[in-house]
Amino acid sequence: MENNMSLTGDVSTSLSISQKLAVFLGMAGLFILTLASFNINFPNRTLWLYTTLAAIGIGVIWFAQATYANKTEGIKNDHIWFKSITNGGVLGWIAGLVLTGFYIVLYFYPEYLGLNAEGENTGIIAFFDPLSKLLSGNPASQWFVYGTLYTIAILSFGIKFIWKYRHNKYERLRTFSVMFFQLSFAFLIPEFMQRLNSDNFSLPYYDLKNIWPLNYYNFEQYRVDSMINAGDIGIAMLLFGIASIFIITPILTYKYGKRWYCSWVCGCGGLAETAGDPFRQLSDKSQSAWKIERWVVHSVVVFVVLMTTAVIYSYLGEDGKYWLNRTSFLIGVAVLLTSVFALVMIFKRNEFQKDAKFGAIGYLAIILSLIGFHFLSGEGKVFLFEAEALRSTYGVLIGAIFSGVIGTGFYPVFGNRVWCRFGCPMAAILGFQQRLFSRFRITTNGGSASLAEIVLRIARWG
Amino acid sequence: MEHIVIIGNGISGITAARHIRKQSDRRITVISSESDHFFSRTALMYVYMGHMKWDHLKPYEDWFWEKNRIQLKNAYVSQVQPEINQLTFSSGEIMLYDKLIIATGSSYNKFGWKGQDLDGVQGMVTKQDLELLEENTKNCRRAVIVGGGLIGSELAEMLSTRKIPVTFLVRETSFWNGVLPPGESEIINNHIREHHIDLRLSSNLKEILSDENGRVKGVIVEETGEEIACDLVGLTAGVSPNISFLKDSGIELDKGVKVNRSLQTNYENIYAIGDCAEQHEGIGDRKSVEAVWYTGRMMGEVVAQTICGNPMKYNPGHWFNSAKFFDIEYQTYGWVFPEPRDGEAHFHWQHEDGQKCITINYQEESRKFVGINTFGIRMRHETFDTWLTEERSVDYVIENLKQANFDPEFYDTYEAEIQQSFNKHQPVAQ
Ligand SMILES: Cc1cc2nc3c(=O)[nH]c(=O)nc-3n(C[C@H](O)[C@H](O)[C@H](O)COP(=O)(O)OP(=O)(O)OC[C@H]3O[C@@H](n4cnc5c(N)ncnc54)[C@H](O)[C@@H]3O)c2cc1C
Repeated sequence: MENNMSLTGDVSTSLSISQKLAVFLGMAGLFILTLASFNINFPNRTLWLYTTLAAIGIGVIWFAQATYANKTEGIKNDHIWFKSITNGGVLGWIAGLVLTGFYIVLYFYPEYLGLNAEGENTGIIAFFDPLSKLLSGNPASQWFVYGTLYTIAILSFGIKFIWKYRHNKYERLRTFSVMFFQLSFAFLIPEFMQRLNSDNFSLPYYDLKNIWPLNYYNFEQYRVDSMINAGDIGIAMLLFGIASIFIITPILTYKYGKRWYCSWVCGCGGLAETAGDPFRQLSDKSQSAWKIERWVVHSVVVFVVLMTTAVIYSYLGEDGKYWLNRTSFLIGVAVLLTSVFALVMIFKRNEFQKDAKFGAIGYLAIILSLIGFHFLSGEGKVFLFEAEALRSTYGVLIGAIFSGVIGTGFYPVFGNRVWCRFGCPMAAILGFQQRLFSRFRITTNGGSASLAEIVLRIARWG
Repeated sequence: MEHIVIIGNGISGITAARHIRKQSDRRITVISSESDHFFSRTALMYVYMGHMKWDHLKPYEDWFWEKNRIQLKNAYVSQVQPEINQLTFSSGEIMLYDKLIIATGSSYNKFGWKGQDLDGVQGMVTKQDLELLEENTKNCRRAVIVGGGLIGSELAEMLSTRKIPVTFLVRETSFWNGVLPPGESEIINNHIREHHIDLRLSSNLKEILSDENGRVKGVIVEETGEEIACDLVGLTAGVSPNISFLKDSGIELDKGVKVNRSLQTNYENIYAIGDCAEQHEGIGDRKSVEAVWYTGRMMGEVVAQTICGNPMKYNPGHWFNSAKFFDIEYQTYGWVFPEPRDGEAHFHWQHEDGQKCITINYQEESRKFVGINTFGIRMRHETFDTWLTEERSVDYVIENLKQANFDPEFYDTYEAEIQQSFNKHQPVAQ
C-alpha cells in the first residue's frame, strides 16, 4: 500500500517546472564545486566562487518559493513518506552516502580537498581563497570551506523552513535566531577576529556560542595558553568559556528550558532543523531506540568529562604558569560532581528514578578515574593513557564520526536528530539541568490525545 | 481465571484492556476483524497524504501486547449468546467469556441511495477503506464527496493532496451549520473553496450512476438534476454503531447498544463502550451516542474500574472537542449551538483575515458563560474546564481570556481586540 505510488499515474508527487529548474541550479553549483576539487582551473576564480555559492543558495530558496508560495499557510508534510529522498528510500541512501563521503574526506583525507601541508593549497580549498582572504586575510582551509557551506546551508534552508512554517511565529523567530548565530558568531566574527592576530598577539579561533562540552577542545593547552597570553581579551574569553557552562547555561535553562540553546542558538541544532527538516520523520521512536539513546548519550557525557579533565590535568603543574595545580584541580572536579550528585539524590530522587542508575554509574566511573589519575599518573601519562590519546580518540569518535559522519551525513537515513539525541553531551547536560530546576515544561492540551500523538510523531526533539 | 473478552481493538476497547491489566491479573482477549494491532483512527488520513506510514499509527509497539498478556485475535464475531456466555466467530469457531465488553465502533452511513454499492463508492472509516481508497484513486479524474462533516472535510483534504478535483455535495445551506453558528460555518465554506474544492451547498445526492462494468461513472444531484462525471464517490454522511451482529442476541439495542451510567447493558456481565454505546438518556446536553475519541477512552477507563471491583459511573464532564478543517483548527468547550437557545445570546468576533474567530454563548439574564467555539486560536482545555465548573460569567471569561490562550509563544494575540469588540457589542450591563 505504501510503495505503489509510482505505478498509479499519479502526478501529485512529481516536481513542477520551477522546482526542477531550482534543483538544476543548485546541483549546477555543487557540480562546479566538485570540478574545483579536481583542480579544474577556473579563469576568474573570484567570480566563479561567488556565482557558485549564489547558485546553491538561490537554488534552495527558489525551490522553497516554488514549493510553498502558492500554498495556504499551515503545516505541509504531504507525500514525505512517498518520496524516495525523504522516506529512507534509495535516493535518501544515495544522498546519505554522498554526504557521509564528504565528511570522511573532510575529517580524514583533507588532502583530497586540496590541503597541502608543504605549500599552497589546491583544489576546492584554494577555490575558496578569495572569500577567506576577504574575511580574515588568510588563505582558506578545509574548515573554512566546510564553515562556508554549513552557513549557506543554514541560511538557505532556513529561508525554506520559514516559508514552510510561516503560519508559526515561534518557528519564524527561532529560525532567524539560528541563522543569525550561525552567520555572525560561528562564521563571520571568528574570521574577523583573525585579523586582530599579529606576530605577538594571537587569539584562538573561537565561536563564542559554542559551549563546552560541545567545543570539547576549548580547554586544551594551546588554546588556554594563547588566551592567557593575549592579555585581558584572552582572559575574558577564557572566563567566558567557563562561565558559559557553569553560570550562563543554568540561568537560561532555568528560565527557558534547554531549547534556548538547542533550538535558538546551536549550530548543530540549526542545521538539523533547517537542512535536516525534510528528514525529521525518519527518527526512530521505538522504545529500544530510546533505551540505546540513554546509554549512548550518558556514556558520551562521561567520556567528555574524563577526557577534558585528563587533558587539563596533563598540563597543569608543569610549570608555575597556571594558578591551579593538579591536586586541587582533581579535588575541585570531584567536589563539584559529588555535590551535584548528592543534591540530586537528596532533593530530586523521584524525578530521576529511571535515570538514577545512569547517574550513579557515571558518577562512580568518573570518581574512580579521578582517583586513578591521581595515583597512577606519571611521566607524561595520565592514568594509563596519554591524555593526548584520549583527546584524539574523543575527537575522532565523537567530534568527527558521531557528530559529523553519522549525525549529519546520515540525515536522509536516520533522521535529523541522531547527533542531538544520541550523541550530544551538551544536550544531555542541558536536559539534565532542565529536569533538575527549569520552570519550563512541555505542555499538552486536554484530552485530544489524538492530536497530541500526531504532533509528537513529527515534532521536534529537544 | 476470569476471562474478559473485548470485541473491538479501537481506542475504547484497548483502553479498557490496558486498565484492566494495570489493576488485575485476569485473562484478557481483544478481538478485531479490522487490524491485528490497535491504531489511531483519527490519523488515518495522514497515511494517505504521506505524512506517516502505517506503522506510525500504532501507539504501541507490537511486542507490547504479549508483554502485557493481552491476547489479540483477528476474527469477526458473528453472534453473541448471553445466556450461555458464548461468542461465535464467522469461521464457526466459538469462545467463552465471563465478562464481555462490546467496543465495536461505527461504520459510515448509506441511506439507500441507488448505486451505493457500486465499485468506486466507499466511506473513509477503516483500514480497509484506506486501502480501497488507494486503489480507487488510481487515475481518478474527479471525486464526489457526499455529506459535509468532519470526515467529509478530511477526505476532501486527502484527495486534494493527490491533486484530484473534488466536488463536495453538502445537504445543508452552509457547511456543518447544524453544529456551527453561521459566521463560523461561513469561514469554513470559504476555506474549503480556497483549497479549490467545488463545494455545492444545499445539494443532495439523488443517485449514483454505473458504467457497464458496475463501476461508478457519475452522480446525479437531487436539486438540479445535474449529472457530475466522477471515478470515486466518498460517502461521509455520518456514522452509526456496528451492532448488526447483535440483532437477535437479546442485548437491548436501539441506535447503539443501550447502556446505563455504569456502561452495563441489560446483561449484568456485558458492557458496551465507545462509538457503539448508547446512553438511555444523553448526559447533560450530550447526545446519547457520541462518536469521539476521548469519550471512548474515558468509557474504557470507567469500565475497567468497574470490572476490577471499583464500580464507577461514566461521567464525561464538560463537553469539548477539537478538529481541523484543512489548515484551520477548531476547538469547542461547553455548548455553543448554531442558534442561541431561549435565554441565551452569542457574542461573535471575527478577525479581518477571515481565518480566525470565536463565538461565546452565555445566558442573557444571569450572564453565565455556557460555551465557546474558536477557529484559528488555540485555547487551554484545563482553563475552560475550570471556568465551566466554577460557572463563571461571560464578562469574567472575556476579561481573563488571555489566561486561556494556548497558542505557541510569540503568536499574535487578539484578546484586546476581542475585549473591545465585546464592550461595543454589549452596552454595559445594567
Ligand atoms: C477518518 C476519521 C477521523 C476522525 N477524527 C476524529 C477526531 O479528530 N477527533 C475525535 O474525537 N474523533 C475522531 N474520529 C472518531 C473516532 O475515531 C472514533 O470515535 C473512535 O475511533 C471510536 O473508537 P472505538 O474504540 O469506539 O471504535 P473503533 O475504533 O471503531 O474500533 C472498533 C473495532 O471493532 C471492530 N469490530 C466491529 N464489529 C466487530 C465484530 N463483530 N467482530 C470483530 N471486530 C469487530 C471494528 O472493525 C473496529 O476495528 C474520527 C473518525 C474517523 C473515521
